[in-house]
Amino acid sequence: MRWIWIDKFVEFESGRRAVSVKNVSLAEEHLHDNFPGFPIMPECLMIEAMAQTAGILVGQARDFKEKVVLAKISKAVFFDYVVPGDSLRLEACMGALTPEAASTTGRITRGDQLIAEVDLMFSHIDQNLAGKKFPEENFVFTGLFTTLLQEVVNSQSQAGTQSKGPDA
Amino acid sequence: MAMSRDEVFQKVKEVLVDALGVDEDEVTPEATLMGDLGAESIDFLDIVFRLEKAFGMKVPREELFPVEGLMNNAELVSNGKLTDKGLAELRARVPHTNLTEFEKDPDINKLPNLFTVNAIVNYLDSRLNPA
Repeated sequence: MRWIWIDKFVEFESGRRAVSVKNVSLAEEHLHDNFPGFPIMPECLMIEAMAQTAGILVGQARDFKEKVVLAKISKAVFFDYVVPGDSLRLEACMGALTPEAASTTGRITRGDQLIAEVDLMFSHIDQNLAGKKFPEENFVFTGLFTTLLQEVVNSQSQAGTQSKGPDA
Repeated sequence: MAMSRDEVFQKVKEVLVDALGVDEDEVTPEATLMGDLGAESIDFLDIVFRLEKAFGMKVPREELFPVEGLMNNAELVSNGKLTDKGLAELRARVPHTNLTEFEKDPDINKLPNLFTVNAIVNYLDSRLNPA
């Protein structure tokens, strides 16, 4: 993962579900162009935020050994604009997980309000049917994102929870 | 779970409408998944996941789409066509499919035409209503 678009994880249940937060700021330059005088978060970047949330959920389920890439946007429905100052909560749930791929369902909310539903599919690209080879190094999970998980790692170790955390 | 063939078809149709974003009336029994309905390779997995959920049973991908694995095997494909060995393997994998037309010119680009809506219904029907 070479750029981080979500701010942190607040919940993480290995192989089941993950919840992250994305705070939208007018300091994000693209908001001045999208659109001048009417800044709204582009829907494609809401999909990106869900792809990162769900992608890390999928990656962690296999201990980050697989190279997980977004393969399909099965569903993306948006119910309202997102504007600077909004705090989005992204909840991703695992649908199916197989050796070659995974599917997830996701909801984006702002407070109690449903903002979007985004269902995705990910491919474990080393398991591709064409037998195509990719570099040995895991260029998807570079470790850059581990700070995102720090909060849940800390809270789970403090609570001494039984659930298997992302560091397990 | 007893289910008539028509009920199976209706459920398969719902799955394909959701997975491929096609209209209901496009999903005819003869429609090919790739040619007519625009499916790509990742869609086959999506379809498998959705069928498993809809029918509440495991659907091994290699059973549902037995032809898929043939295409990338150098022993079975030569110069873009199935070799004799490839054809024999194909016959073994799809015993219920009529291959007369395909055998005249076993171009692997035509293999996707064997993935029809009917092929999915046949497979599920045989699982749900074993003879």
